[in-house]
Amino acid sequence: MTQPEVHSSNPPQETQIRPEPGLRSAYRPVFDMSVCDGCGICARECSFNEIRMDTREGKKVPVANRRSCGACHRCEYTCPLGAIHIEENKMALRPHGVWKDSAMQRIHLQAASGAVALTGLGADTEVPNYFDQILFNACQVTNPSIDPQREPMETVTYLGRKAKSLKDVEDIQHFHNALIRLRMPVVFAPMSYGSINLNFQKAMARVAQKKGLLWYSGEGGLHKELYPYRDCVVLQVASGRFGVSQEYLRAGRAYQIKIGQGAKPGIGGHLPGEKVLEGISETRMIPLHSDAISPAPQHDIYSIEDLRLLIYAIKEASGYKPVCVKIAAVHNVAAIASGVVRAGADMIYLDGYRGGSGATPSIVRDHVGIPIELALAAVDQRLRDEHIRDQASIVAAGGIRNSADVMKAVALGADVVAIGTACLLACGCHACQRCSSGKCPWGITTNDPDLSQRLDVDWAEERLTNLLEGWHHEMQEIMGLNGIYDIGSFRGNRLILRGVGLSDRELSILGIQHAGE
Amino acid sequence: MCGIAGLISRQRVKENGKRIKQGIVLQNDRGNGLGAGYAAYGIYPDYADLYAIHVMAMDEESMLEVQSYLQEHFVIQHMEDIPIWNRVIHDHPLVKRFFVEPKESIIKAFPVPVSEDNYTIEKVMAINDRQEGAFVFSSGKDVGVFKGGGTPADIYDFFCLDDYEGYTWLAHNRFPTNTPGWWGGAHPFNLLGWSIVHNGEISSYGINRRYLEGFGYKCRMQTDSEVVAYLLDLLIRRHGLTIEEATLALAPPYWASVEREKDPEVEQRLLALKIIYESAMLNGPFAILAGFDNGMFSITDNTKLRPMTVGLADDYSYFASEVSALYEMEPGLERVITPRAGQPCIVNLDHGAESREAEAPITR
Repeated sequence: MTQPEVHSSNPPQETQIRPEPGLRSAYRPVFDMSVCDGCGICARECSFNEIRMDTREGKKVPVANRRSCGACHRCEYTCPLGAIHIEENKMALRPHGVWKDSAMQRIHLQAASGAVALTGLGADTEVPNYFDQILFNACQVTNPSIDPQREPMETVTYLGRKAKSLKDVEDIQHFHNALIRLRMPVVFAPMSYGSINLNFQKAMARVAQKKGLLWYSGEGGLHKELYPYRDCVVLQVASGRFGVSQEYLRAGRAYQIKIGQGAKPGIGGHLPGEKVLEGISETRMIPLHSDAISPAPQHDIYSIEDLRLLIYAIKEASGYKPVCVKIAAVHNVAAIASGVVRAGADMIYLDGYRGGSGATPSIVRDHVGIPIELALAAVDQRLRDEHIRDQASIVAAGGIRNSADVMKAVALGADVVAIGTACLLACGCHACQRCSSGKCPWGITTNDPDLSQRLDVDWAEERLTNLLEGWHHEMQEIMGLNGIYDIGSFRGNRLILRGVGLSDRELSILGIQHAGE
Repeated sequence: MCGIAGLISRQRVKENGKRIKQGIVLQNDRGNGLGAGYAAYGIYPDYADLYAIHVMAMDEESMLEVQSYLQEHFVIQHMEDIPIWNRVIHDHPLVKRFFVEPKESIIKAFPVPVSEDNYTIEKVMAINDRQEGAFVFSSGKDVGVFKGGGTPADIYDFFCLDDYEGYTWLAHNRFPTNTPGWWGGAHPFNLLGWSIVHNGEISSYGINRRYLEGFGYKCRMQTDSEVVAYLLDLLIRRHGLTIEEATLALAPPYWASVEREKDPEVEQRLLALKIIYESAMLNGPFAILAGFDNGMFSITDNTKLRPMTVGLADDYSYFASEVSALYEMEPGLERVITPRAGQPCIVNLDHGAESREAEAPITR
């Protein structure tokens, strides 16, 4: 394999050379010149201008700029000859236990820009992922496992306000109207139109409608083309009130008041002006190219009483649709959740520390909040202790990677689990974490017309469907091997779980026993 | 694997334990000698209006502590050692029964009215939760549970069950696997008028228990089966479900079957039951026979991984894990029913016998 030399530009005229540490990318595309025919697709596909075409010895060749490769792997997948792969462009730094590469890079970057370092995705730290330290039980001898290939294995889940007992149900019609039926305990997490594009929202909406699930609009309003999917959408009312109109307040299956987000508890949403293009500006009802910065708090909610007012205002306006309140998992989450339920929420959406984001200050993403496993366990127990668990469903989110995470969350007490990043990954995302740039090469977190069209709605729909079907089978498998045919008996059933390598304190918060007990 | 037997006289004709003993002893292979027990209804006619509190204690001191606790909260009208014959089982706890009624002065002093039943349950739970070395294993009116570590025949003789006359009898032969074999873990489990015997394993125990704890029940018997007795008390007595509704809540039909229901009113009610009582639903392999003041019923899991058969003759209904045990109790059976998976069989002395089948309930 040969590698082209990078032609340095003319040597600087100044006598003093000014290096710019921090602007060198950590990855680079490598071209197999024995295969490359110089077609130039890679240069066109790379939306970050990492690759340019040059002419060498009369032959067109791709050249890496070594400035902006983020390892999105778009060029690698689109090269018709398979001539590209991405390599780490690692500097040979002397290892240091405190000043690790990432710590150093961040300083270099900020020293160069003077800005808050923005990033996408969820927290990138070594804070324990408790899901990885929890294991399931399985049937042996005394209780036969059930084979989901042969026996019914049901995952039907109802969301919303239920009742303590049948005699508490005054009007059964009203009782049922207030509930939402899901085919399985998974929903699509809120990702706003703007942060992702219409194609992606449309794909989620179609899958939700076809599969009997829910998708959440996020705070970007509801594009007019998505009104046909209104019967399975939870529309968000966030602090920026983007897109909240009279029509909007009638359209949804349910509503979500966004108080906080796991990736950035305590601060509002950021949609950089670069991403506020025509459709977004119209749907959000804001000027073109204006930064859509949601205020940190909702400015009509400074207290739990205010939240109650907004919950009931939305119920009144929407014709008594279920109202969900989304909060980030923070230290006092159990008490907050209790207050939220008492304030009238029909669902509480808990977004954990590892929750994703399209644009978040990385300092907030990595250092604020608590993992969803602990928050979920604490909230579920608190609501039970206070006898109000039946009043609201719990939606758990924040770093759910696979069906085992889903089932562990359900066993800890979640009614349903929301997935966001997993959906992006299913549609080509390689977690390069540059969502905020608006240049997503996979056409997901961008609204640039050329880039957006890279995401084919039918294809994305198929990928999401496949992902959910696969998970659904696995979830049924996990239920069956525990001898449980209905997800209802799995929900909150913490005896199914055992911890490995956890302290007594962690076990007691999670409400589970240690393996071997 | 465990063995179950039950019989009930619809005319409330009383008999001693001989026939039920035959029914359960025949199923000797379904147990391993680590636990057996019986429940009988109508055995305390002289104290029919009083709670019959059966207490097991590991030593005299614990028994005295329970006694003084009962004295503090109840009026004890009568108390006595439960007669035992310990020539075969030598190593056994002390067993005593107290016929009590809640102290009126205490009940009346509550700011909000408290029913006698709720008051009694709370005290029973308090004893089982806090008292070291002693527990209450039977607390209903005119009903008694007799159980312990041993074979069905040994436990029968130990408690001298020839000397009791009841119109409803339940029996159990235990083969403990997942939980320790100890006297408190033997079946039946009882709370007030609810007595249950269970064959199988309750895989939903983790959530059933958390659900019950939210309503003040304390699960302290180290075995999954006890939740069923408490769930019956909660669903039927406290939430006012009918027996049939309770069977539907505990062993509900599949969502798919509910959604196939043609009558929208029935469908909505079934759905509501399933939704509200999700955490009460029993899952895992089980066959359960439950006795209550006015009858008896059986439920099984939806795949019927544990057996249950029902026999009818004259005014009697018989329940057992094995058909042979039905004939052992009544050789002249008129009809033997094998309930389908998930199909409850209910004998309600208020209504006559019935069994929920898709179209025509089995009524007798």
